[in-house]
Amino acid sequence: MILAVASGKGGTGKTTIATNLARCLGSRAQLIDCDVEEPNAHLFLKPVIERVTEVSLPVPEVDLSRCTYCGKCAEFCRFSAIVVVGKEVLSFPEMCHGCGGCGLVCPEKAIGESPRVLGVLEEGVAHGVAFVHGRLRVGEAMSPPLIRAARRLARADRIVIIDAPPGTSCPVITAVRDTDYCVMVTEPTPFGINDLILAVEVVRSLGVPHGVVVNRSDLDSEELHELCRREGLPILLEVPEDRGIAEAYSRGEMVVDVYPGYRWEFLNLYQRIRIELARAKAQGSSRVGQARGL
Amino acid sequence: MRLPREVVIISGKGGTGKTTIAACFAALAESKVLADADVDAADLFILLKPRVRRQEEFRSGHKAWLDPGLCTQCGQCVELCRAGAISKDFRIDPVGCEGCAVCAHFCPAGAIEMRQCVCGQWFVSDTVYGPFVHARLGAGEENSGKLVTLVRHEARIIAEERKLDWIIVDGPPGIGCPVISSVTGASAVLIVTEPTVSGIHDMKRVAELAAHFRVPAAVCINKWDINAEAAEEIALFCQRQGIPLAGRIPYDREVARALVQRRILVEHDPTGRASGEIKLIWDRVRSMAVGSA
Repeated sequence: MILAVASGKGGTGKTTIATNLARCLGSRAQLIDCDVEEPNAHLFLKPVIERVTEVSLPVPEVDLSRCTYCGKCAEFCRFSAIVVVGKEVLSFPEMCHGCGGCGLVCPEKAIGESPRVLGVLEEGVAHGVAFVHGRLRVGEAMSPPLIRAARRLARADRIVIIDAPPGTSCPVITAVRDTDYCVMVTEPTPFGINDLILAVEVVRSLGVPHGVVVNRSDLDSEELHELCRREGLPILLEVPEDRGIAEAYSRGEMVVDVYPGYRWEFLNLYQRIRIELARAKAQGSSRVGQARGL
Repeated sequence: MRLPREVVIISGKGGTGKTTIAACFAALAESKVLADADVDAADLFILLKPRVRRQEEFRSGHKAWLDPGLCTQCGQCVELCRAGAISKDFRIDPVGCEGCAVCAHFCPAGAIEMRQCVCGQWFVSDTVYGPFVHARLGAGEENSGKLVTLVRHEARIIAEERKLDWIIVDGPPGIGCPVISSVTGASAVLIVTEPTVSGIHDMKRVAELAAHFRVPAAVCINKWDINAEAAEEIALFCQRQGIPLAGRIPYDREVARALVQRRILVEHDPTGRASGEIKLIWDRVRSMAVGSA
């Protein structure tokens, strides 16, 4: 089973939910941190890293001895990553999507490829939890290929928990698509509610069954509850704001270590997800049909 | 002619208070245009309450479209597509397609064409604080970086036309494509962080990004008193890196109250502790941006 933990708005508690759930499931779980721009799960799970692999994208390398400056490559490239000016070929590897089109259209076979490093994958173990994260190289713009590479390390024998990046665009899609269930973490503030509506739209368009975890649930959450009722979003867990949790978080400590009672809450969350998942399966994927209903 | 100066508010980690602070700057700065560059999850409008004056479609990028009537199922496209966006039964996954056009170019039957996408909308609005440029990226769309660039560009045009001094930009979280598009060429960025292990980790990466693109940066610590020790660590890091510390905002319950009432903090609670510090931060960021440009 693959569970994604996502949210439109950042800082609502995705990583807290994902890491504590993983810790409670122990050696049955694998956590994949797909927030490769700003991965944080390792700060809490503190894994021992056993393997580091570079992930790169093939970008063009022009053999100038064969190039006739015909400009076919530049004409083809949709991303302006290769440009021919007089007797010069300029390539902009940071713009390149690695599609290989320039090499295919080159009549002189003058274009080979060299790797552009996007970032690294780090794998390890944390208290029995199998751990993977991607770290995007600072200055690199393109995160989806690194997210895909991290997801390829998903293990079939584990409950895979994906910590997704915030937002609603391609990095989130790459992290959440083709998962079995998506837990959306939100908070009852106008920003939290607005971003939840956007995130639900994304998850619905992907046809992934989903439910909501409410953080800072002690704030007035009537509007959020009303939204969840109206949209048929099950509330899986509510966590009130707690100075103790906030301080523990600030030091990189886990909720279940500070308040062992929360262990039960997280195992309960997992049970709720399984029940919701069974229900979603029983209904077929009828929810997909409601896409864009918000 | 004096050029407008642009201040971009970023954070690395989400939820550290970017929009709250950007909205305060919107109220504090004189002669300004406002822009929301967090096109994924734009929230600044909630506090600025804009009246939309102009609405445009954002068209960017192309996606492959296959005509099943012309397709001979030769399999060439499936083999060439490195994005893995064409299935074995010749269906193109619009989410996976990056728009490279390799499939369309090499399809021997000419069955694939590239169609331009509408990826969202952008708006120019009036607010009581000044003109406001904002956008909405369609759910799950690509090209957020290009939309950010467009939003900033429109804001600059307005600032130049109306001879405004400031462009205040609420930026996105992270360090990837939309963040790079938000910071390049700005007069100054303000990095909003919090004294937590993740706040510090993410602040360091985004500070490195600002340095990489040679944009002057300052840091402010939000809710510094949640963990004074971690706040000190941030101050030390900034000192060592030569990054000015623009201020330390104390934890203040009025921040959440203002937000729940959809009000800008410095207007909701003008004499409060957090408000007072944010005013000082604006003064420091303003001098910094004036000095750099």
